[in-house]
Amino acid sequence: MQIEGKNLSFRYGPKLPWVLKDVSLTVKEGERVGLVGPSGYGKSTLVRILAGYLKPEEGQVLLDGKPLPAKGVCPVQLIYQHPENAINPRWKMKKVLQESGMFREDIMGALGIEKDWLQRYPRELSGGELQRFCVARSLFPGTHFLFADEMSTMLDVITQAQIWDLMLKEVEARNLGLLMVTHNMELAKKICTRTINLEKMNHEMKI
Amino acid sequence: MNNAVAEKRMSSLEKRKFYRNRRTKTILVAVFIFAALLGVYLSGILLSDDLITADFSQKALKPSLEHPFGTDMLGRDMLVRTLKGLSVSIVVGTVASGVSAVIALIVGAAAATGVSWLDHFINWVIDLVMGIPHTVLLILISFACGKGLKGVLIGVAVTHWTGLARIIRSEVLQIRSQQYIEVSKKLGHSSWWITVHHILPHMVPQFMIGLILMFPHAIMHESSLTFLGFGLSPEQPAIGIILSESMKYLSAGMWWLAFFPGLMLVILVLLFDRLGENLKKLMDPYSAQE
Repeated sequence: MQIEGKNLSFRYGPKLPWVLKDVSLTVKEGERVGLVGPSGYGKSTLVRILAGYLKPEEGQVLLDGKPLPAKGVCPVQLIYQHPENAINPRWKMKKVLQESGMFREDIMGALGIEKDWLQRYPRELSGGELQRFCVARSLFPGTHFLFADEMSTMLDVITQAQIWDLMLKEVEARNLGLLMVTHNMELAKKICTRTINLEKMNHEMKI
Repeated sequence: MNNAVAEKRMSSLEKRKFYRNRRTKTILVAVFIFAALLGVYLSGILLSDDLITADFSQKALKPSLEHPFGTDMLGRDMLVRTLKGLSVSIVVGTVASGVSAVIALIVGAAAATGVSWLDHFINWVIDLVMGIPHTVLLILISFACGKGLKGVLIGVAVTHWTGLARIIRSEVLQIRSQQYIEVSKKLGHSSWWITVHHILPHMVPQFMIGLILMFPHAIMHESSLTFLGFGLSPEQPAIGIILSESMKYLSAGMWWLAFFPGLMLVILVLLFDRLGENLKKLMDPYSAQE
């Protein structure tokens, strides 16, 4: 399985400047790709387009040659930078896992989720603890690609290491494709099989 | 000496232990208020009509042990009349504001589904209902529906939803743009599932507050309709009728005719308000911890 972005162009309004122009990239299953580049160059926008959250103005996103499914379970799952925004503040954590059918002992064990967290509300957990739930939620059987948009940037280094350690084990065990956005080159080197510099690929900057 | 200090500390600890769980305390207060309101309602229903038959030997008595609220010009006991009036008011208030709030919830949520023409149409209807003077609309609807209790109920119910519908529309729009809604869509959940599980629980506090704020409005409009002769019939012991009647005798020094029923109406409204506040604390995990 592979996900392919073909000549993607995007801007946030018809008269605004292009954020992305003619960007193409491919992520294969089992591959770990790092996406780096300066702030404001459209890394998050590109990831959101590839995950199907935004529609590109030109070009298309293809999953094995076919467009991404518009409805139903999406094989591409995105993990956000701020887990506290990505979890319903009125839900207890147990329901967050149940939402994707991932209320399973093995997943919780693999990601170091403790039992007594399940009865709490999101505001009663720390960012690192919440991020584990976001990862666990995304790891349901239909997932083939995980996109992580600076998912560990706001965590301290120890928690970062823990989360990535757990994440990599799952990604390897399931042979998932991983695309991570980061500013941290060392982290990208450590985790990824290859890195892409958006600065070089984005043709907007060359016009 | 030491013993006394220790004892004091113990007793203050015990006291704190009793009060510590605000959730329990809040539930108790809410249950108590609910029981009080239910008591007023039931007493109005259960008290026999014989207690308010006219008795001219007892007319215009000041408040006494026998008649705590005094009697009116026809010699009817004001306490019984007030209870019966409040009972009618509770029915009108709860049914009308309940129906109104449900309309507001459905209309507000429908406007925020993202269908552009529906949003425009609903906003147009809201502007239309809000643009017509409230009392005129109430009179028209109540009159068209045959006056009486039914007319008042329908009239109040279909004119009070607009403000709350606007609030709910904007709240739903705001919730719909959250990341966890996007995630839920990508997890394969339908729009209906997301509305029921993600969006509606967020509407509960707004819904409750709207419901409670509507309650006094509903009672006021019920009494004003009744006062103008388009509402309940004069032989029904509604609070609006009691108050408008009492106006005639106020200048004759019969203060109790207006004072006690008015006071009871204020207490009733405040009790509803407190009930709503307590429910809000229980249902909203944010405000409960603040």
